[in-house]
Amino acid sequence: MDKQKGRGRFVALCVAPAAILFIIFMVIPTLQVFWYSLFKWGGYSAEGKVFVGLQNFQKLLSDAKFLKSFQNTVLLIVLVTIITLAFALVFAGILTREKIKGQNFFRVIFYIPNILSVVVISAIFNAIYDPKQGLLNSIIGLFTNIKDNPILWLGNQKLVVFSIAGAMVWQAIGYYMVMYMASMSAVPESLYESASLEGSGRIHQFFHITIPLIWTNIRTTLTFFIISSINLSFLFVNAMTNGGPDGASEVFLSYMYQQAYTNSSYGYGMAIGVIVFLFSFGLAAIVNAVTKREPLEY
Amino acid sequence: MKNRKPMSAETLYKIFIFVVLIAFAVTIIVPVGWAFLASIKQNSEFYGNPWSLPKGFHYQNFIDAFQKAKMGSYFLNSVIVTALGLAILLIVALPAAYVLARYRFRGRKILNVAFMGGLFINVNYIVVPIFLMLVDVDSLFGRSILVNNLFVVGLIYASTALPFTIYLLSSYFATLPKDYEEAAYVDGSGYFRTMVQIIMPMAKPSIITVILFNFLSFWNEYIISMTLLTEDSLKTLPVGLMNLMKAQNAAMEYGQMYAGLVIVMLPTLILYIMVQKKLTQGMTVGGIKG
Repeated sequence: MDKQKGRGRFVALCVAPAAILFIIFMVIPTLQVFWYSLFKWGGYSAEGKVFVGLQNFQKLLSDAKFLKSFQNTVLLIVLVTIITLAFALVFAGILTREKIKGQNFFRVIFYIPNILSVVVISAIFNAIYDPKQGLLNSIIGLFTNIKDNPILWLGNQKLVVFSIAGAMVWQAIGYYMVMYMASMSAVPESLYESASLEGSGRIHQFFHITIPLIWTNIRTTLTFFIISSINLSFLFVNAMTNGGPDGASEVFLSYMYQQAYTNSSYGYGMAIGVIVFLFSFGLAAIVNAVTKREPLEY
Repeated sequence: MKNRKPMSAETLYKIFIFVVLIAFAVTIIVPVGWAFLASIKQNSEFYGNPWSLPKGFHYQNFIDAFQKAKMGSYFLNSVIVTALGLAILLIVALPAAYVLARYRFRGRKILNVAFMGGLFINVNYIVVPIFLMLVDVDSLFGRSILVNNLFVVGLIYASTALPFTIYLLSSYFATLPKDYEEAAYVDGSGYFRTMVQIIMPMAKPSIITVILFNFLSFWNEYIISMTLLTEDSLKTLPVGLMNLMKAQNAAMEYGQMYAGLVIVMLPTLILYIMVQKKLTQGMTVGGIKG
């Protein structure tokens, strides 16, 4: 009896701090995003809070800047996901399957962008994308003359999203590569040996053995990729362009942050937050359902 | 003769993939290396060819960054916030993860599901309500207690890292055999002592993984820090670098900016070189990150 009581107290003591912090700093703010989105609320004072129902969402639908940020977010998610996954899978496949000199060297180098702060990466990419003294334009300048008409990687409204996508891919490839390498190295060698005996080539093996066998892992990473892309696109945009030029590179969270924090339209900002939540969970659920396959055993 | 043809196709393939790998490695090494070189260039050197090597070791950039741009005091703030965050995180997450993995009790399922759900919530989705909550509390007291407080930022870092950390730790605790605890109880060791003296030492590898990942994310974080630490003397390194980036556009202080960049990047690079094996192996345990 006494022991039971001691056990209960021990369990409660261990779990309570984590549960309390989790509720204060994650559960409540999440609920507040949904709750505040129903108010028209500008400024700090509580008096300025007026319940308006779904009006903020109605306003969002006709807000050209929001629609632009929606479009950019979707474009970045699709673009960055496809390019990153393709490169990460191919590199992981090569580094686990082939006997290449310096295998470890490549793994170590490819992972470096992932340990750098987004601010650091943004500063580096600002140097790369600089129109006059930029590394990229100076390389292009070797082939054609762009001195008088430099490419404005971050200053051109049409180009800026793709420039940001470049930085995001650069940052992400190594991380996903290392993750896929781990699951690929668990695929038994004997499968590849028997496939080779039957005359199947490398590319065939990659698509018919490697990819199906690590499918579960790919699915999990896809789900988290969506959430992390929404987040990282915000970090990069905030550090590199601040949404510019003229709102052309605005993404979901950067627009939310701008509305809520800079503009003090909390209710309106939180309505964007609600869209972000619904969009990311909805998309994750769709991706999860679409990619569902019978798990293969090996 | 007959054997040579497939051999050369094989060699060609090998050369091709080697070139591709080298090309990607170059796109990483060159910009990072370039930033290091840029940090010791004089301002005048930034107007010519960007590929020219530095003329000398212009270490004045670092002195300027540390003193004029206050990167020295930002460095200290970053150390404090990161250390506080890690300490709070370990103290809170370790017991919780242990109990959630190895004890059956009422509410365990709900807690596990809640923490799993937390994996899908990114801090930056909820940074505005967190800010508003702190402002609300402050206005009750009539002065700024929670905003512009390094401890609070550490606490928020720790709290928002809980889902990932608990997930990672409890999946490790779940793999340990029950025999250890049973033997400890037979020897008359209490619950708490068993946890601290028997289980924690065994969990060392996953604790190290947790520290590494969270060190990187706390050290590099800048949205929370930018929002909650607005007082100049309390800013952290990445926010300081952001200021330098913005100032660079106006004042053309390139050298100082790249020196600041190196100051932010160097600790993580040194740590990475020391522990890169552990870090990339640890990923396979966790498998996910925001």
